[in-house]
Amino acid sequence: MPKLKSLEELQHLRERFQREIKARTQTSTTITLGMGTCGIAAGAREVMRAIFDELERRDIDARVTTVGCIGMCSKEPLVDIQQSDEPRVTYGNVMPDRVPRIIEEHLIKGNVVEEWVVGRVTI
Amino acid sequence: MAKRDRADVLVCGCPACTEAGAPELLHALQEEVKQRGLEDEVRVMETGSRGFCATGPIMIIQPEGILYCQVHAADVPELVGETLVKGRIVERLTYKELATHKSVPYYEDIPFYSKQLRIVLRNCGLIDPHSIEEYIAVGGYSAPGKALSLTPEDVIEEVKKSGLRGRGGAGFPTGLKWEYTRKALGDVKYIVANGDEGDPGAFMDRSLMEGDPHSILEGMTIGAYAMGVHQGFIYVRDEYPLAVRNLGIAIEQAREYGLLGQDILGSGFDFDVRIVRGAGAFVCGEETALMASIEGRAGNPRPRPPFPAQSGLWGKPTNINNIKSWANIPVIINRGSDWFSQIGTETSKGTMIFSLVGKINNTGLVEVPMGITLRELIYEVGGGIAGHKQFKAVQTGGPSGGCIPAHLLDLPVDYEHLTEAGSIMGSGGMIVMDEHTCMVDIARYFLDFLKDESCGKCTPCREGIKLMLHILTEISEGRGKLADLEVLESLAWMVKNVSLCGLGQTAPNPVLSTLRYFRDEYEAHIVDQKCPAHVCRALISYHIIPDKCPGCGLCLRDCPQGAISGEKKEPHVIDQELCTHCGICYDVCNLDAIQVE
Repeated sequence: MPKLKSLEELQHLRERFQREIKARTQTSTTITLGMGTCGIAAGAREVMRAIFDELERRDIDARVTTVGCIGMCSKEPLVDIQQSDEPRVTYGNVMPDRVPRIIEEHLIKGNVVEEWVVGRVTI
Repeated sequence: MAKRDRADVLVCGCPACTEAGAPELLHALQEEVKQRGLEDEVRVMETGSRGFCATGPIMIIQPEGILYCQVHAADVPELVGETLVKGRIVERLTYKELATHKSVPYYEDIPFYSKQLRIVLRNCGLIDPHSIEEYIAVGGYSAPGKALSLTPEDVIEEVKKSGLRGRGGAGFPTGLKWEYTRKALGDVKYIVANGDEGDPGAFMDRSLMEGDPHSILEGMTIGAYAMGVHQGFIYVRDEYPLAVRNLGIAIEQAREYGLLGQDILGSGFDFDVRIVRGAGAFVCGEETALMASIEGRAGNPRPRPPFPAQSGLWGKPTNINNIKSWANIPVIINRGSDWFSQIGTETSKGTMIFSLVGKINNTGLVEVPMGITLRELIYEVGGGIAGHKQFKAVQTGGPSGGCIPAHLLDLPVDYEHLTEAGSIMGSGGMIVMDEHTCMVDIARYFLDFLKDESCGKCTPCREGIKLMLHILTEISEGRGKLADLEVLESLAWMVKNVSLCGLGQTAPNPVLSTLRYFRDEYEAHIVDQKCPAHVCRALISYHIIPDKCPGCGLCLRDCPQGAISGEKKEPHVIDQELCTHCGICYDVCNLDAIQVE
């Protein structure tokens, strides 16, 4: 490990390490996966891996969490995206191939992919 | 590229949790996570204490903040399957509210945490203490970076403005102490972190050294720069092996990153730290004795002045601060003295860490803002008295603190109020006592400890403590006279006023405070020959209540003296001649048929 020579170098290192403990800090975006038995059976685990890959590739900060059965088992895998004060948007039948578009449209461009939306929750 | 974790599982690695089975739990979690192929998403790690160790082993799952208590290896398959795979909470492992038995799954909602303000303990239990990377990620070492860009005078000014006072107990303003060392003549100066925590039942400094060692190094680096010092020492007692180990790892890592050693962060400033292991003498927490110990001499105190700031280690100007004081410094530099001085009371700023022990439900490590009342601390954070008993007194400040009675429960906790009540802030020990604690016995216990720990250099402390202990022993064994109380009191004032160092000056506090608030209990021992709390063996007797005794034979079987006799299914009796008042019969009786008088 080369020695740190300035505050900027420390800052740089901090940003790198921060990503590694991201799970313990808050971000404004929360992606929630239904990971009940129904979700897992429908392939939620593969969807989650696809989400991680996509977030990594595009270097997006988001908190990914899992919950139990959301109730709409026939539409699993269900993926919810919540951004700050916006209503929580639920996408249904999200297979890994749908992940890149959802992330690009919703998280980057800010457009909800209406055709895949199954519900909205305002809290 | 670093992996992204979906969840972090933090297992407490403090000695209490380790004793309760944390290492087995950690291993089982790692195995289970591997078996289910979750290694890429879930990270399992050991952290320092979260202070909730009465319910250990404890673990926290982040980012949700779910806290599970008393988790054992056997619970792991269910826990991983439910919480990490399906996201459901395992109700039976959550914390239960004491009064309602309601489950509280998130640690932020537990009163133990919600009333706390964790500034010094900000990272304890949240980061891996063996990883400087994690410490840097949460903002670590940015404070020395900032301080190095200021002038040393500005740094001292900031610490002075913050109002921080020494957390070792005496409460001397930290910034002022720094200024004395800064202004002292001489090129070679030293700083010392005092981690010689010797109070029975206190573990604040240990937890901090174990759980967040880098915060201490960071604070010391800032102090060194401000005072123009290039060598620091951390004095830790060798009976804290994990603290010694974690500090050692932290120092190595900081050196590798150029955060200790020569030319720190390219500023041209050099500073390094060495660990000095102490042999565990209570008196070595006193600064002049501590310095003698670092120099390799017997740990005896010497008169002050000269104060360490003028003539300390090897005759050079030296600054000594408690571990907790040092850990406060990075926060003050980062967030500013204005922010820091908002917390606390007029004269006591910031927070204080206490180790809550004794007859209390939530035994553990807590950090609360100065000025919180004893009632809030004991009943809300501490969860009240164990076993639905009555609160009797709380002793603050370790063996040399005083006992504060129930009518002062609304006393705000700060330096001045505790001193007024006849106790001290001390380093943060807090021992809670219930109705079954005898105040004469407590005073006797602490003097017995201090008698052994007195270094013997000055006569008032050496002989005075011994004499006070003798009188207390006589009283607790039923040979006391009323006149003894006068002698005891004048002896106590004499020892307090003329002893050489802090040990002797505070040693009479347990005696003086119990005499002040619980004089009736002393008198009951002397006049009535009774111990109201049923503790002092010579003054109690055990009797079997015939109406309640079914003659089960349990006490008869367990009595080591053979003092109990009686036919089966007939009430038994205790032979008072043979009885040694050990209390075993009282403990084994399921029907409350044994009475203590």
